[in-house]
Amino acid sequence: MTVKEAAPPASRPAAAAPGARRRGSSTRFRARRGGRWWIPWLFLAPALILFLYFKFIPMAQAVSMSVQEVRPYLGNTWVGTANYSEILSSESFRSATWNTIVLAVGQTFGAMALGFALALLVEGQTRKLNFIRSAAFLPVVVPMAVVAELWRIMYHPTSDGLMNQVIALIGLGPSGFINDPDTSLASIAVTGIWRGAPYDMMIFLAGLAGIDRGLYEAATVDGASTKQRILHVTLPGLRPVFAILFVLAAVRGFRSFTEVFLLTNGGPNGSTEVVMTLIYKLGLEQNRLGVGSAGAVLLFAATLVLTVCVQLLRKRRSA
Amino acid sequence: MTAATETALGLTESTGIGSRIAKFVIYTGLFVVFGGPLLALLVSSFNHVSDPTQLSILPKSPTLDNFRIAFDQGVLKYLMNSFFVVGFGLLLQVAVSVLAGYALARKVFPLMTLVMVAILATMMLPEEILALPLTLVLADLPLVHVNLMGTLAGMIVPLGAWAFSILVMTEFMKDVPKELEEAARIDGAGEFRIFAQIILPLCKPALGVIGVFGFTMIWDQYLLPLLVATDSSAYTLPLALRTLRIDPLVTPGVVMAASLLALLPSVLVFLFFQRSFARGLTAGALKG
Repeated sequence: MTVKEAAPPASRPAAAAPGARRRGSSTRFRARRGGRWWIPWLFLAPALILFLYFKFIPMAQAVSMSVQEVRPYLGNTWVGTANYSEILSSESFRSATWNTIVLAVGQTFGAMALGFALALLVEGQTRKLNFIRSAAFLPVVVPMAVVAELWRIMYHPTSDGLMNQVIALIGLGPSGFINDPDTSLASIAVTGIWRGAPYDMMIFLAGLAGIDRGLYEAATVDGASTKQRILHVTLPGLRPVFAILFVLAAVRGFRSFTEVFLLTNGGPNGSTEVVMTLIYKLGLEQNRLGVGSAGAVLLFAATLVLTVCVQLLRKRRSA
Repeated sequence: MTAATETALGLTESTGIGSRIAKFVIYTGLFVVFGGPLLALLVSSFNHVSDPTQLSILPKSPTLDNFRIAFDQGVLKYLMNSFFVVGFGLLLQVAVSVLAGYALARKVFPLMTLVMVAILATMMLPEEILALPLTLVLADLPLVHVNLMGTLAGMIVPLGAWAFSILVMTEFMKDVPKELEEAARIDGAGEFRIFAQIILPLCKPALGVIGVFGFTMIWDQYLLPLLVATDSSAYTLPLALRTLRIDPLVTPGVVMAASLLALLPSVLVFLFFQRSFARGLTAGALKG
């Protein structure tokens, strides 16, 4: 205390105004020093309240609705696992699950492979490369709704559609793309890869920057070819990046909604129905909130299991 | 260090005529694949697209008609809705994140680990999984009994707390030297003063990161506005694109014009704040 009182005002940082300092009594000072227990909670309160209202209460409600028959104004009745057995035995959910997995796997690996190749091609410090990287990254920041509307027009099924003109250059087509049950899911995956690959590219570039240049040099000295250098130095160095991107992309793929909703809305003939569009239809169009919630809980469980598995694998690898 | 070991492929360093041509082909290809569709969007939004089947890459008799028709369809109002949501949403998100980040970075208190786990857990609970119960919660907020369905506020408050922003803020605030805080405390600065005048001004780079990521995240929202908007008066621009497309009297050129307006804000934010973007990408992906 004596130090505080004795110090001339001029030596204090400008941030603490002299007036405020004088008003602070010694008891208040001590209380602050020890830290009142509720101060952290005061700062955390907005975040915790918002999370409670819009994350945890809805999740609890999803779980509780999934074991009930939800009847607005009539009161819900407990049905146990009936919603789960209904959705698990329904043909549409099974095909939606299969489509979701195919789409998630296709988008994840497609975007990662392309993103990795892109990162190798545009790694470097020149201005030209900077410009190309920025241009290639643009699809990531374009809203998904715009991406979907744009690709919808590009995928026009007649021969004068943009994509059909492109594939005609290599002697293919014309294809129905999103209008043909055989190609619809792949078309959505291509759109997803187009938007996802530049994101992966940026993460790979950050990983590449972290690789010890001495290792490259050592490999060159030992007479390793470019291919060997990538196989034995670059790829092992990027292993944690691969793991993270895999989880991020796979979880995102599991819950894809916007691109499917806008490009095909599940059609044609259910060929692109994914879990999320099915849940949306069940819950909000057919008002079957219980069954829809069971689907959502299953989707949550799937993403949770995937995340935990990959984390465990990573831990064991690095240990 | 030899020049050939600077990058994994060593492309930048190879200067032979063959590799120059190869590089030119590769980079042009990249540009066409990722920039081409967006360029087609740009050009088509200024073109008379009489044929509803295709995009035009070459400008022919440029016109503003598409935008005029789009404005007649109420696109300006949807754009205003979008700006309202992103403006207040970002304000709320940043305020919530800096407050929570301060407590998590600068304080030690019981149950801290539990709070951290809870925040991480919310990353597993995106709007998609919570879609159905979220509509019920928003129609009748527990305890306060307010109905936010059909309002722009209903699209804002669920985005107010975002784990990514809180974690970025926490990590950054941890690095502010303890001595600065101690000095201010000795000078009698109160808790809020330390937060607002000592810690926060030193966190401008992190504010940039959560600002640009928050902006693009909120601007890209689709499912949440779709759940909340009960009629077109509350539509944001991304939602309105679908309505425009379904309208048989609206040509693809008009949809592209509206799309251009929908993508410009987030693209401009990206172009102006690229450094914050790069910083956030690595922070978000490599740490989280």
